[in-house]
Amino acid sequence: MQADVIFFWIFAVVLIGSALTVIVARNPVHSVLFLILAFVNAAGLFLLMGAEFLGMMLIVVYVGAVAVLFLFVVMLLDVDFAELKQGFVKYLPIGGLIALGVAGELGYAATKWAPSPHFAAAASPVGTISNTRALGQVLYTHYVYFFQAAGLVLLTAMIGAIVLTLRHKEGVKRQNIADQVARTPATSVELRKVASRAGL
Amino acid sequence: MDIGLTHYLVLSAILFTIGVAGIILNHKNIIVILMSVELILLSVNINLVAFSTQSGDLTGQVFALFILTVAAAEAAIGLAILVAFYRNRGSIAVEDINALKG
Repeated sequence: MQADVIFFWIFAVVLIGSALTVIVARNPVHSVLFLILAFVNAAGLFLLMGAEFLGMMLIVVYVGAVAVLFLFVVMLLDVDFAELKQGFVKYLPIGGLIALGVAGELGYAATKWAPSPHFAAAASPVGTISNTRALGQVLYTHYVYFFQAAGLVLLTAMIGAIVLTLRHKEGVKRQNIADQVARTPATSVELRKVASRAGL
Repeated sequence: MDIGLTHYLVLSAILFTIGVAGIILNHKNIIVILMSVELILLSVNINLVAFSTQSGDLTGQVFALFILTVAAAEAAIGLAILVAFYRNRGSIAVEDINALKG
């Protein structure tokens, strides 16, 4: 067996196993950690497929940002997760049934599909140059507006997350730069004529 | 045995199924529901990248990149809403989220 076949099976089995653990784990912290494992294995699969840039992106964005965000929120909120786990067994039959239906349909589609006769791959610069370079060559030319729109989506998400979670507590001392700059000698210095030997 | 497109398609189908099952089974815990949504988006990404590399067309990878962007934005907003909700109500059980119910 070639190395890529072996690696495919390793990545695939660990990916599915960790994805299953994500949904059955009792402790959400374990869920998040197995989600990270799933993402790392998916990144390995992307590397095997030759999509190196996306594989690295997956590790940077998902493992570095999204999964850590999940971890923060899970640890930040003081929630009784055992109570939220109730009903798992009760919903197992219907959940399994729906999952089987979805799996049947998707499996049928995945094995029986055929390309359209009108299919023609767009001319993409693949082959001689690296994946990252090829991606950049189409991303900054063909898809530049989509790229800018993606940036806008991220900006909106960032502002939205800040607006949603920022709160000003009463009674917390803060620096107010405008007030500091607006100070003049007239408002901050008081001159008194002190009589000798009298004190203030 | 060679690894072809079908292997990746079946793998992403299994992953999608696990995500859907996770939403149903953990219908009380919104954090695990969000994680299941991430799994579903990951399976879609695997699908897109598999087709992209098989057909030698980079469009699939560009779209996978945009899905990654939207998924990151969705996770950030969803978790921010969750934190804000927990501050106001002291609970994140899905059945307690009924303020919009008529």
